[in-house]
Amino acid sequence: MTRKQKRLSVIAGALAFLGAATALTFYALGQKASYFYMPADLQAAVLQPGQRIRLGGLVAAGSIVRGQGTEVAFGVTDSDKTIEVRYTGILPDLFREGQGVITEGSFGPDGTFVADSVLAKHDETYMPKEVADSLKEKGVWQEEATQ
Amino acid sequence: MVEIGHFALILALALSFVQSLVPLYGAHKGDARLMAIGGPVAVTGFALILLSFVVLMIAYAVSDFSLANVWENSHSLKPMLYKITGVWGNHEGSMLLWVLILTFFGALVAAFGGNLPATLRANVLAVQGWIGTAFLLFILITSNPFARLSPAPIEGRDLNPILQDIGLAIHPPLLYLGYVGFSVCFSFAVAALIEGRIDAAWARWVRPWTLAAWVFLTGGIAMGSYWAYYELGWGGFWFWDPVENASFMPWLAGTALLHSAIVMEKRSALKIWTLLLAILTFSLSLLGTFLVRSGVLTSVHAFASDPSRGVFILCILTLFIGGSLALFALRASSLSAGGIFHPISREGALVLNNLFLTTATATVLIGTLYPLLVEGLFGEKISVGEPFFNLTFGPLMIPLLAVVPFGPLLAWKRGDLAAVAQRLMFAFGGALLVALVTGFFIDGASVFAALGAGLAAWLVLGALTDLALKSGIGNVAPRIALRRFIGLPRSVFGTALAHLGLGLTLAGIVGVVSFQSEAILVMKPGQVLQIGGHDLRFDGLRPVRGPNYTEDQGHFSLLGVAGQPIGELFSSKRFYPVRQMPTTEAGIRTMGFSQLYVSLGDETADGSVVVRVWWKPLVTLIWGGALVMMVGGFVSLLDRRLRVGAPTRRKTIEAKPVAVAQ
Repeated sequence: MTRKQKRLSVIAGALAFLGAATALTFYALGQKASYFYMPADLQAAVLQPGQRIRLGGLVAAGSIVRGQGTEVAFGVTDSDKTIEVRYTGILPDLFREGQGVITEGSFGPDGTFVADSVLAKHDETYMPKEVADSLKEKGVWQEEATQ
Repeated sequence: MVEIGHFALILALALSFVQSLVPLYGAHKGDARLMAIGGPVAVTGFALILLSFVVLMIAYAVSDFSLANVWENSHSLKPMLYKITGVWGNHEGSMLLWVLILTFFGALVAAFGGNLPATLRANVLAVQGWIGTAFLLFILITSNPFARLSPAPIEGRDLNPILQDIGLAIHPPLLYLGYVGFSVCFSFAVAALIEGRIDAAWARWVRPWTLAAWVFLTGGIAMGSYWAYYELGWGGFWFWDPVENASFMPWLAGTALLHSAIVMEKRSALKIWTLLLAILTFSLSLLGTFLVRSGVLTSVHAFASDPSRGVFILCILTLFIGGSLALFALRASSLSAGGIFHPISREGALVLNNLFLTTATATVLIGTLYPLLVEGLFGEKISVGEPFFNLTFGPLMIPLLAVVPFGPLLAWKRGDLAAVAQRLMFAFGGALLVALVTGFFIDGASVFAALGAGLAAWLVLGALTDLALKSGIGNVAPRIALRRFIGLPRSVFGTALAHLGLGLTLAGIVGVVSFQSEAILVMKPGQVLQIGGHDLRFDGLRPVRGPNYTEDQGHFSLLGVAGQPIGELFSSKRFYPVRQMPTTEAGIRTMGFSQLYVSLGDETADGSVVVRVWWKPLVTLIWGGALVMMVGGFVSLLDRRLRVGAPTRRKTIEAKPVAVAQ
């Protein structure tokens, strides 16, 4: 190979590598990003069975039911609609009624949402950003209300 | 008293203006007196900000609630350590720490940069001055820690309990030393662009600063990871969270910079690329500051944040990143390009390292910012988490790690791959053995686990092989080999240690990801749980009163073979009354490199309690490996070649290494 051919092959190799990395990145973004919904958005949403989503809202008042051992069920609400969520494990420290939470998981065959993670934040005045934005749109919650 | 701190800060801003303009003008006109102003001004500016920082610290120590910042984040009953660390446990204070460290590095350049050409030194200090001015303006306009309250409240609102931990004393300062340390590389790069001149000596001056910043950033990230691991009670060491990614991106880019600067120094090649990397690394640090401070992204680590401040940082970000890249675009073509080289060579291997690391940085950047983009364009809210990064970052790292042991063994200019492969036979055999043993003899091992364990062993053995070959073990008499080993350049040890640390971290990750066991159950007092080959007995809950909290402490005993207790473990649910906030204090017991991790849930009516227990094999290696990497970087800093005062071999001026100055 001449010097020029060598250089070209090195450049072609690097470009092929970058191309593959880009393709992989966009494939992964399409496959692995999970969408965020509030309970009322779900009617319009088209979900594949078992598709992972994030469901956010407030923990509905009086909805927390402890089951056998570590099982727990609670409602996530945006004041329009409430979705029942089931979760097995330890709830976050700041989990309580009226607190903004984000749960991640998928819908089971019976229509309840089975979460494998529940996030409430470290800060007692904190509202997850997605939840805060959506609630503000609906006029349910104002920034000052929690201060 | 407090006003002294406030005035010092304003005075520092004024000096920062001077530092931004006068040395630059002096360098432009070739006026030595104007250029010489930069040094004293930088040192004085640092002293003023230090004064202002100390004043704020004293206000915290004596609980002066007439300061809004102290009132919001402190409490008179809080232990003294957390009063002090609380200074940077909030937005205003942490920005002050940021600027303090920035001016600290500026002062170091002024103090130890005596051997730099006068114009370069003046320009570097001026660029440091620009950054300082921007952030001092930011502090004084939007986030003044010295804002007063009248009348002064009697009691403070306390610091977020999650932050009341020794981790806050170590993690942010280390992280900032890393983040902000890269500002020096950035200033050197911009100064080189202003002068339109760059050579191998430039790389020799920049490399120690890069290395120092990298060591601190490595420590900061590792400490942050361990802190989140034990404090949040979730038992995870990395969440691919935006805030974590924000610190990881400069680390990846900084690691690339570290390696490309070697090529530039040794072979005078990759000059323009190295310059660009220096700019990008600090840009990513700025981006990290923006992401963390503005709260535009949802993060498990984010604390209350204020979007209006975000806009200001966004402006700083645009100005510095846009400005430096525009300067780069204008000037880079006028810089002399470096030589080209053979792909199979040390420099070829380092280019491969850069290709992989920068691509990995780009993947993390895309994954972190993509949700913002989608929300802005389509109004849809999405989250990009672990599954994305496992699919993209993982495949990029595997080939990179696989070629790491080859790099240091390849010769400069033209390497012999077959000969290097032959020398690595022992390491390869060892790695293969580890992979096979893992795959066949450990229950529940997957292909990934075997591959990962093999790769970790390959890195560790490869680093040891490098040291053994360079000291001639096996080829020469043991006594001579030992003498050669001791006489090896410090940078060779540094490289080997850093690569070995990488292998250890990988071993820890593989251990936890593939072999951890977990149990979530309700335990009654007296009940015994078997996990990871250990018997853990729950002995009951006891109430405990702390200085500013109350807690229910769960007592657990580790049982020996005969059922006798051989160790204790405490895990608690704490309640901080001032903020009405509960926290979980995980109980952790280290056994060898592995840990038993117990997290408490809610108490049920009959006195039993929800418990989550993990057995985490080799988990401590994750952070131990990072520590070894830091030691490697530090040892490398001690290398004679890297001393700031020895820019050329001809000069033999005695000067202290940078590391000592830290």
